[in-house]
Amino acid sequence: MIECKNISKTYSDGEVTPVLKNISFKIDDGEFVAIMGPSGSGKSTLMHILGALDTPTSGKYFLDGIDVSTMSDDQLADVRKNKIGFVFQSFNLLSRATVLRNVALPLVYAGIEPLEREERAKKALVQAGLDESRFYHLSNQLSGGQMQRVAIARALVNNPSLILADEPTGNLDTKTGDIVLHTFQTLNQEQKKTIILITHELYVAEHANRIIHIRDGVIIEDKKNDNKRFVHHTHIY
Amino acid sequence: MKFTDTLQETYSALLSNKVRSGLTVLGIVIGIGSVIAMISIGQGAQNSIESNIQALGSNLIIVMPGAQRGVGIQVSSGRGSATTLTNEDATAIEQGVGGVQAVAPDLSSRYQITAKGTNTNTSVDGVTPSYSQVRNITVETGDFISDQNVKSVSRVAVIGPTVRDDLFGEGIDNDSVIGQTIKINKILFTIIGVTKAKGGSGPSSQDDMIFVPLSSAQKLLVGSERLSTISIQAIDQGSMADVQTQVTDLLLQRHNISDPTKADFSIMNQSDIVSSASSITDTLKILLGSIAGISLIVGGIGIMNMMLTTVTERTREIGLRKAIGAKNKDISTQFLTEAIVLTFVGGFLGVLFGWLASLLITKFSSIATQVSSSSILLAFGVSALIGIVFGYYPARRAAGLNPIEALRYE
Repeated sequence: MIECKNISKTYSDGEVTPVLKNISFKIDDGEFVAIMGPSGSGKSTLMHILGALDTPTSGKYFLDGIDVSTMSDDQLADVRKNKIGFVFQSFNLLSRATVLRNVALPLVYAGIEPLEREERAKKALVQAGLDESRFYHLSNQLSGGQMQRVAIARALVNNPSLILADEPTGNLDTKTGDIVLHTFQTLNQEQKKTIILITHELYVAEHANRIIHIRDGVIIEDKKNDNKRFVHHTHIY
Repeated sequence: MKFTDTLQETYSALLSNKVRSGLTVLGIVIGIGSVIAMISIGQGAQNSIESNIQALGSNLIIVMPGAQRGVGIQVSSGRGSATTLTNEDATAIEQGVGGVQAVAPDLSSRYQITAKGTNTNTSVDGVTPSYSQVRNITVETGDFISDQNVKSVSRVAVIGPTVRDDLFGEGIDNDSVIGQTIKINKILFTIIGVTKAKGGSGPSSQDDMIFVPLSSAQKLLVGSERLSTISIQAIDQGSMADVQTQVTDLLLQRHNISDPTKADFSIMNQSDIVSSASSITDTLKILLGSIAGISLIVGGIGIMNMMLTTVTERTREIGLRKAIGAKNKDISTQFLTEAIVLTFVGGFLGVLFGWLASLLITKFSSIATQVSSSSILLAFGVSALIGIVFGYYPARRAAGLNPIEALRYE
């Protein structure tokens, strides 16, 4: 469970720029939430705080009941390792490594044995819907949609409490973007994964169950998504 | 992160840019290789000089004409100006100094030697029979200079094996050389013996020498009664200092010199010679080693340069690794390991390369080289150290990157 209490973030680069102003919300386990807002709205900064990449200037952030907002760099690294899976717009795969090695990379830092790493990486890849024939390909031999699914598998492999997807469809065409969004929906429905999707597109946000709308550092709307979009199986597989 | 995983990451990172890694390693290979080769030359020179000095004989004290100022430096040592040692001095030492095993006066000069159309230029030494004992010279075939030869001013010569090869060709057997005649300074001498090879090379080699009776050298060749050295063998190591003092006192008295600082001769014992020679070769080793060391530093800068480029290139990768849970320490360990592996591979190849180079130097030149295990250990230590020193800064820089900015880096 995620709880943000009065989170503010200011950057003081010569002059003080407030980016997030007193933001509070809760996300329960198993929710699929979209955080939506235009560029400069503060949604990326919020994502960094939720992802334990950064700490707020003031306010509290609890992840599974643990206060993350005042942690040191190494403690934050442990939180990221154990509780958070990231999916980035530009995939961020190691191009010279195989698909399996990319997916197993978080387990390397978690100190898991090689055999178990491989087993868990394969399981995560199946969950993310990548065809088994691609497991030993180098990641730069894949299409964009396949790369993003490898990235999703990498985010799943540590069995995190929270999957954070930052504009996951931004580098993909609509069709492959739909496939990726469908993957998130499946993970949420069938595996009860908590997913936070950060996007600036309403179309993408409408695939989630709840939309938090943010603008100029404040939440302007936080409500259940009533007209949820579903991607039809027929044009995916 | 486990060590084996770190090594695997390093392996794939270095192999992903083979050319760059290879060139960087080459810098270290050249650095380490030249350190090994240069030190082996210095060590070889030191060994050959020391063995030459040891071959001179044991418990040896050498008296030379001319005043000595400092170890190994003689002032007015030219034989034309300093003709202060005579046969009588040698006789007086033999009779008047206790603890002396043998005394060997000699007169040495270089001459052109001819034999049946071949010729060579070498050192001709006028000696007495005791010279073979004092200077540790063994005759392999024939006889050494005898008392009778000295008394009768015989025109006989004992030659060294190098001279034999130079004059009569390599591979000739000693028996066929005995009885042949050679011309020293246009005077005919008959060969009566060939000495046994002692090894060593260069102008101080005792294999490249001709021995004639002292009287013949003084009367027939040089035309003067002077001596170039008096070699004195003490009965044992312990009496050397005492003998040296007695000889000094005796010669000062004989030469009517009251102030020892104005002595017209100088006395060196073997350990003086060894220590002055090794101080020279030590300097040589340091000189050669530091020239090679400079190339090692250049190689190290190459490592640093490559690692800095790599850190910049892999900024996003570093950001990703941090995002999935890598600690600062994991990142710095990874980059430091890459640098150390590069230098270690370079060090290993450099040792092989340096060894090969020193073998080739020995084979194709007259310089005997010796690769010592200490220089190999030193090279390995230095290469690992260079990896740490020059890899530290790039590794720190990688570890210090902010993950958010690193992920955004284009």
